[in-house]
Amino acid sequence: MEALIKKRIKQVIKGDQDAFAEIVEIYSNGIYQLGFRMLGNRHEAEDIAQEAFIRAYVNIKSFNQDLKFSTWLYRIATNLCIDRIRKKKPDYYLDAEVSGTDGLTMYSQLASNSPLPEKELESLELQESVQKEILKLPEKYRSVIVLKYIEELSLNEISEILDLPLGTVKTRIHRGREALRQQLRYV
Amino acid sequence: MKCDEEIVELMHEYLDDEIEPQNEMILRDHLKSCKECETIFNEFKKTIAVVKGTSRMQSPPNFTAKVMASLPKERKKVGMQRWLRNHPLIAAASLFLVLMTGSVFSTWNQEREFSVSKQENLVIQNDTVIVPEGEVVKGDVVVRNGVLKIEGEVQGDVTIINGEKYLASAGHVTGQIEEVNEVFDWIWYHMKRIAFEVVDIFNEGEE
Ligand SMILES: [Zn+2]
Repeated sequence: MEALIKKRIKQVIKGDQDAFAEIVEIYSNGIYQLGFRMLGNRHEAEDIAQEAFIRAYVNIKSFNQDLKFSTWLYRIATNLCIDRIRKKKPDYYLDAEVSGTDGLTMYSQLASNSPLPEKELESLELQESVQKEILKLPEKYRSVIVLKYIEELSLNEISEILDLPLGTVKTRIHRGREALRQQLRYV
Repeated sequence: MKCDEEIVELMHEYLDDEIEPQNEMILRDHLKSCKECETIFNEFKKTIAVVKGTSRMQSPPNFTAKVMASLPKERKKVGMQRWLRNHPLIAAASLFLVLMTGSVFSTWNQEREFSVSKQENLVIQNDTVIVPEGEVVKGDVVVRNGVLKIEGEVQGDVTIINGEKYLASAGHVTGQIEEVNEVFDWIWYHMKRIAFEVVDIFNEGEE
């Protein structure tokens, strides 16, 4: 897979734009997911994911081909997410939290329209509380938790993506995990 | 009883898959004997399970196409290379016709003189052609070996061969703008014209 990506990157650098489509295809779900869990709504997730790929394309020549492409791409995307979280004004933040529960609207719609088995409703509710608690985490804990448990990346990769020492990443994961435990232990 | 922070630290090490074997023994022994820590440990494991268990999102339909459409335009030559690759027969046929009919190379070398298509409201100053502001020039404008300044409107295609163009902010071209600046482009320009005539499927490969 890395070999295929490297080959496509070389083609893109030569100017073959079409070769980039495959790269987008491979990482689009992961990057979109990162945006959704970091920002809490689909619209912003799509926005940020698009921007991440466009930035990767525009800056592809500055990508060090000895490194893993995904690490570089995740770094671009995570930075965009963190920037956006920091720029959010308090009232907008509240907005995002409300729209961040768009699964909940889905849940209420589903509940009224089609009778779902009890179990699935429960799991939708659970999904909602988990998403809400992740969004409540301060951005520095949120990013490590999302990268570790949603994107399932290794601590080393996370440290490279965030450009932080491994020890700092661990401390943040511990704090994030503790905060989530406090909130989610009774769900 | 309040347990040592160290035990929670060991839990984190365990959860990060980084615990030393002897520490894992200490942790296990402690959890067997301490209800409080066992509860915390189980809460951690449950928390991780529910976070990992959130459903995986799919990027929206057409996401890739949208990204591809928002990328800055690629350079012309690669577009041409891809077109050649995808249409080798038409390309070969066009090239053959180019070489048969027009002596492309000699025309490239000979046609070094300034020339411009004839439209009456074009303003010509030495080697510079101006589409004046407020004027509408009808038909395709072709400038060879000169500079084209577009301040008004061109209703048609613009082709600049071995020259430069400046499009003012008020300037507007309804058709396509094409610049031909190298022998390579020059052949390409001829091939495209012939390809257009040979088959009418020429709609990719260009920019
Ligand atoms: Zn204990």
